[in-house]
Amino acid sequence: MSRAALWGIILGGMVLTYLTRLSFIALVPQERLPGWFKRGLVYVPPAVLAAITLPELVRPGDSLDLSLGNYRLIAGLLAGLVAWRMKNTWLTILAGLVVFWGLAAIQS
Amino acid sequence: MLPLMLGVIPFGLIFGALALASGVPPLEVQGLSLFVFAGSAQFIAAGLIGDGAAPVVIVLTIFVVNLRHALYSATIAPHVRRLSARWKVSLSWLLTDEAFAMASVRYRDGDTAQAHWFTLGTGLTLWAFWQSSTALGIAVGAVVPEGLALDFALPLTFIALLIPLVTNRPTLVAALSAGVLAVALAGLPYKIGLLLAVMLGVGVGLGLESFWGGETPEEGQS
Repeated sequence: MSRAALWGIILGGMVLTYLTRLSFIALVPQERLPGWFKRGLVYVPPAVLAAITLPELVRPGDSLDLSLGNYRLIAGLLAGLVAWRMKNTWLTILAGLVVFWGLAAIQS
Repeated sequence: MLPLMLGVIPFGLIFGALALASGVPPLEVQGLSLFVFAGSAQFIAAGLIGDGAAPVVIVLTIFVVNLRHALYSATIAPHVRRLSARWKVSLSWLLTDEAFAMASVRYRDGDTAQAHWFTLGTGLTLWAFWQSSTALGIAVGAVVPEGLALDFALPLTFIALLIPLVTNRPTLVAALSAGVLAVALAGLPYKIGLLLAVMLGVGVGLGLESFWGGETPEEGQS
């Protein structure tokens, strides 16, 4: 990606994020916040994170791979298990990386 | 209060190192922290840049991910109504997840007359922590060997963030449908399938919430 495009992303992201933060403090009366919008926001983070992560795990080479030979999928599932049981960010990342490195080492 | 502030340091470190591993040049990695100044959106943007998504899709994704800040803005608004425009534009700039969490505790506990100074102070501290830890992450990331597959730590970070957000059936089904749809729509150009999957997933969550009823998830998660 060109550096101009990267700075376009940075400045575009900056403007939209800042306007969002400024919205009800300085731009729009607070009463305008609709109820469905408030409730919908709860689902944005889990939906975005899942939508970004799942393709990374099941489409490693841009084609669907649900086999045991897909290290990213195996490591990701085990990391999910660690995240669920331990509720610890560092442990989750470490567990996933160790499984990934282990599987790659066995293969080679 | 301090644990929450110090908590951003490891995330800044990981961000600096991982954004570099995703192929974002050092100056632009710091630029994301300096100007976008929104942790999770920066991680997601770095991942999408690495995947070669269209810039417009990345900007829209940042926008959608940060829409929750409108809720923070609405929550803080009544407390800063009497302040000058200068205060409003400054506090808005610093209104991150962590700053909002600390400000809302402060406003809840009374003594709100000088609370804007508290919010400004915590906001500036968080900003300084975020910038310096990003810079340190870039420095560390530059010396990590490529064979470590550090780029895989990014989806792992997302998993660590995602799992605690799944607190009930609607959030679970919203996340699952967004994930499966993103896989199904992955063939669409410019990663536009990502935005479609997110919008449909949020719609599914809202629909199930009114269908199942009563299960209101906690607000203000990042």
